[in-house]
Amino acid sequence: MTLRRDSGQALRQDSGQALRRDSGQAIKSEPFVVNIGPQHPSTHGVFRLKLTLDGERILDADMVMGYLHRSMEKLAEERTYTQNIPFTDRTDYLAAMTGNLAYVMAVEKLMEIEVPERAKFLRTIMSELQRIASHAMAIGIFANDCGAWQTPVMHMFRDREKILDLFEMACGARLTLNYMRIGGVSRDIPPEWMPQARKLLKELPKRFAEYEDLLLSNEIIIARSRGVGVLTADEAIAHSVSGPMLRGSGVAWDIRKADPYAAYDQLDFDIAVGTNGDVYDRFVVRLAELRQSLHILEQALDMMPSGPVHERVGTATVQPWGQAVAPLAFRPPVGEAYGRIESPRGELGYYIVSDGGPSPFRFHIRSPSFINLTPLKLLSVGATVADAIVILGSVDIVVGEVDR
Amino acid sequence: MFLLKGEWYDFRDLTNPIRSLLDDLGLPGDADYVIWSLLGGAGILLWLILSVLAFIWIERRVVALMQNRKGPNRVGPAGLLQPVADALKLLLKEAITPRATDKYVFWLGPVLIFIPTVVVFAVIPFGERMALADLNVGVLFLIAIAGINTPAVFMAGWASNNKYALLGAMRVIAMLISYEVVQVLALLGPVILVGSMRMQDVVGWQDEFNTPLLLLQPLCFAAYLIAGAVEINRSPMDISEAESELAAGYHTEYGGIKFGFFYQAEYLAGFAVAATAVTVFLGGWTLWGLEDYIPGWIIFLSKLYITFFVYIWSRGTLPRLRIDQLMAFAWKFMLPLMVLNVLAVGAEIMVWHETEASRNVALPAIGAVNAALALVLVVGWGRFLGHGTGSQKGHRATLTREVGKIYYTGAEASS
Repeated sequence: MTLRRDSGQALRQDSGQALRRDSGQAIKSEPFVVNIGPQHPSTHGVFRLKLTLDGERILDADMVMGYLHRSMEKLAEERTYTQNIPFTDRTDYLAAMTGNLAYVMAVEKLMEIEVPERAKFLRTIMSELQRIASHAMAIGIFANDCGAWQTPVMHMFRDREKILDLFEMACGARLTLNYMRIGGVSRDIPPEWMPQARKLLKELPKRFAEYEDLLLSNEIIIARSRGVGVLTADEAIAHSVSGPMLRGSGVAWDIRKADPYAAYDQLDFDIAVGTNGDVYDRFVVRLAELRQSLHILEQALDMMPSGPVHERVGTATVQPWGQAVAPLAFRPPVGEAYGRIESPRGELGYYIVSDGGPSPFRFHIRSPSFINLTPLKLLSVGATVADAIVILGSVDIVVGEVDR
Repeated sequence: MFLLKGEWYDFRDLTNPIRSLLDDLGLPGDADYVIWSLLGGAGILLWLILSVLAFIWIERRVVALMQNRKGPNRVGPAGLLQPVADALKLLLKEAITPRATDKYVFWLGPVLIFIPTVVVFAVIPFGERMALADLNVGVLFLIAIAGINTPAVFMAGWASNNKYALLGAMRVIAMLISYEVVQVLALLGPVILVGSMRMQDVVGWQDEFNTPLLLLQPLCFAAYLIAGAVEINRSPMDISEAESELAAGYHTEYGGIKFGFFYQAEYLAGFAVAATAVTVFLGGWTLWGLEDYIPGWIIFLSKLYITFFVYIWSRGTLPRLRIDQLMAFAWKFMLPLMVLNVLAVGAEIMVWHETEASRNVALPAIGAVNAALALVLVVGWGRFLGHGTGSQKGHRATLTREVGKIYYTGAEASS
């Protein structure tokens, strides 16, 4: 007799047949629809997952989006290019820096602006800090979805808060940062920023080691996540997923390497990939990326050049009191551009079409959260309710970005 | 000193003054029995409510410490009055009964879940002669009464007419049926050793032999605590309320004081489980002769609170398992082990009686054999089921620089 390891597979495959075999006839049952969301502790916002259940088993999963739709793409067509930057904060509100960066890169490409070297490094540093902050949240919330009652999230918040402090020092805001500008960044970092950043970089490896100790080999986390929500490399590519989800499926694809932007071509780092494509591998990839981000940050802080942080765009206006400020409105040439970066959630792209006017003719966001959600049905059908929650947590969506 | 060492806390001895008082009044002879039972019951209820309030505060503060937070610290000194404020809030809230519910069953749920959790304490010996009803089938009574929780939870879940509640209730039924078997078998080992189901006898046996049954039955103690975690919905077994999956499980639709009853019953059940574990496995109100200097009830309550703390600790630490994993754990892992343990205990008792060995030889021998057996069974049976063979170990991500290469193997995922 061989007893199967309880991976949930046995339950899923056998429950229906076993009942029929034993009783001679099928027990009369009917599917059962449960709405996970739009108001639910685990939907990470207002996202609705309509599950058709046979007991605990999921027969069908239907995603309902749009509860947080704010019509950003249309609104952006009525505003100037500079006025659109704050919108990009509010799509992926857990990674505002990278949102800013993707958009300003698209406009810079359209206008063929070369960004000063110091601004490139600042962008890189801020992106990586943001990646740590966002991944910390993703890992914590994933553990929370596994049922670890808030503890990992709270520990992750500890690191995230310190990063947000750094953001506050750099640009005055903590969540919706509005730091990047077309042509550079809004302002240089204050002199006391560097020592504090270095202090944080010294602390973080200890914390990451702690997370790896506590979470990586946690038997319950492994039991809950290994072999759950498997997305093969082919399926991942077919669904166009990106970011840690794609790398968890074993595809070594990272825009920072494949199409380097900012200062990434001067920095040394690895791509973390998984081999199984399950929930556990997505989580493992995020943990490894924390370390890689740290490595990038250490180099970038050392290599940071001095100089201006902003390339003037258009004609400066001189205020009555003599200060020259960059113009709010300018007219890029007719054309189109796609700026893409590796946001913590995957490939974040802004597609801008200019008709030569002061505001974009078309403003499209390729949001990784939205596209990474598309294989959700594939992943959850056949799993249990508890699995579906963990799978959703492993996709790491931000509903602000799903719905825009 | 009289307050500590005097006999005033002895429930039994309350009878005598009451009887002499009542004899003068010419009441029937049984009235004194009823009256001291009521007094004892009121005392236990008061203690329970105070303990629950205290532990709500302790749990929130301790878990906050575990989570880098401060916890409640505004209401009263160090937030001590926070549970009182919460209880008042729950009392004053409108008790909404949703229209689609089955009204009577909906109301009955919280009441039914509250009563058995209190009644359990009737047989718990708080100290020498401090048991309200020292039944000769005390352990059986415990198991039977604790089982009433199950229908109460199901009533709440079913009557709510809410899908989350129903799923939670279904999970509770499946879980409790499985784990109650384990729980009973876990209590059976000590009962066989002691030879009595009377709670005071179990404590007396441990006192007489100077050995907490924990040392003789480590496997049973672990199994009982795990099954207890299921009964009181503590992580990693809190799947019936599973906050991240089912919102609040079977009590999703409850608010106000009806929710308060569930909330309180959860703590009361926790105390009941801890009290049983303390009485059966940890020597109850005795502590190697210390009970001659400190009142037994202080020893008992200290042990109880420490045991309950384990559950708070696990709540702040562990993630949750999935229902099929928990069921498999109960039926495939714990149940065979418990059955084997019962057989082993029976054999040990028989050998002890046959050889008439002195207790100084027999008890260490039984302890050593059972500890070894526990280790062998847990490791061996775990291996047999495929655990601990390396597949359970974590792994790290592969680091690479080759953009576009595919590392997917799917080896572990498909196993």
